[in-house]
Amino acid sequence: MHRACPLNDLARGDAIRLDTSPPIAVFHTEEGELFAIDDTCTHQDASLADGWVEGCEVECPLHASKFDLRTGAVDSPPAKLPVRVHEVAVIDGDIMVIESQEAPNLPPGLTVGGHV
Amino acid sequence: METLAIVGASLAGLSAARAARAKGFAGRLVIVGDEAERPYDRPPLSKDFLLGRMTAGDLALEAGNEDLQAEWLLGHRALGLDGEAKAIMLEDGTIIAADGIVIATGASARRLPSLEGFTNVHTLRTLDDSRQLAAELLPGRRLVIIGAGFIGAEVASTASSLGLEVTLVNAEPVPFSAALGAEMGEVVAGLQVSRGVALLRDTTIDSVESAGGRVTGLNLTNGQRLAADLVLVGIGAVPNTAWLSFSGLDVKNGVLCDAAGRTNLPGIVAAGDCAAWFDERAETHRRVEHWTSATEQAEIAVEALLGAAPSAAKPKPHYFWSDQHGVKLQFAGNAGEADRVEIEAGSAQAHDLLAVYYRASEPVAVLGMNQPRLFVKWRRALAQAAASAPTSSVPA
Repeated sequence: MHRACPLNDLARGDAIRLDTSPPIAVFHTEEGELFAIDDTCTHQDASLADGWVEGCEVECPLHASKFDLRTGAVDSPPAKLPVRVHEVAVIDGDIMVIESQEAPNLPPGLTVGGHV
Repeated sequence: METLAIVGASLAGLSAARAARAKGFAGRLVIVGDEAERPYDRPPLSKDFLLGRMTAGDLALEAGNEDLQAEWLLGHRALGLDGEAKAIMLEDGTIIAADGIVIATGASARRLPSLEGFTNVHTLRTLDDSRQLAAELLPGRRLVIIGAGFIGAEVASTASSLGLEVTLVNAEPVPFSAALGAEMGEVVAGLQVSRGVALLRDTTIDSVESAGGRVTGLNLTNGQRLAADLVLVGIGAVPNTAWLSFSGLDVKNGVLCDAAGRTNLPGIVAAGDCAAWFDERAETHRRVEHWTSATEQAEIAVEALLGAAPSAAKPKPHYFWSDQHGVKLQFAGNAGEADRVEIEAGSAQAHDLLAVYYRASEPVAVLGMNQPRLFVKWRRALAQAAASAPTSSVPA
């Protein structure tokens, strides 16, 4: 389990990137929901926490692939593979992330430890 | 509609096929492509694929388990269209009769007649082009690139990182000025020069020296002579519309379409690089070659063709990106509408700026260099401004 930050520090519409391996992005949507997915786009090295959130989707800040925050599914090219989704809980006012045990889908040239 | 035929099997064609299935089209879907490959992503052809960091498999646009229930006719060039009968004729004589047609044949690299027929002169548009160029990018070689556009600049970046000596030759005084405006065009030119690329401005080829079928040198109109081991011509693209002669379609610089991709003939739409949609903001037809336009237009055009209710998504400002010398360039909006540019963050010298283009007090475009997070915020602000402005409207 990873501690992200106090819930009060993440405003609606904002996202943060956790320096886990691989990094995880936590989103607080305008509607007040919390989601956690792998931060790295499965197409190329880009941080989804920097992306454009609309409803329950985040668009990669670089090449416009869209991922569903609830399922991790990719909806637009160029990415083809989903990102992992992680469980989120608020415990004693802190956002906590329970990392998925699945293998992540990292882009070419990246491993869990970073660049090849 | 029983049969939907899509001519063109690259990003726009694939996006059209996906959109048709997503909108519930359950009939026969035929996809024609002149290249033998399955749909692939072209932007890395001048960057990571050319460098050898991505493989052809990485470029595939389809997911491994994706099945659009389509008849793929790959390696088949369309030679003609009977627009009234909605019949497509292929190179091998096959006729495809359809109830609806999406034209998504893209564009080809523009060529220079004075450089035709030499074995060391390249253009870059396809996977094969990139493979051939990659094989020639050997350290120490002198590469001359005609045209300092985005393809030229990206190849300059890739080639110089591989140890080639690179010269960009640009016909205009300021590179990238059509896309970025003169002020920011100069900033990106400065990035190239700071990384050791020679940039020659305001000059073109006067004569060509060759030996054994290879170009050995170029004499420029400014009197300079450039020795060359290989040459890349990157002077833009021309829409693939020659096959539409006698089709009855209105074609000028691209297939003329309304703001939803409809052509002058019922049941035929066009999307992507080959199409010139009516731009309501500019009040003229414009051909937009951006990657994002190919996907967005395909979706809108298919909705129009199937008579489906248009999706609620608001149109976003044009967006494109480029990677040069390790700097991520991102641009949204239209620089031509601006009367001034303000640097809101970072600096030109450090190549990490965020510049906003204004017309009076209204932001009309934004450029980011290594500023993805801030860029997204501005791109979003532009989209919201465009959606609320009376001059723009959701395509009918």
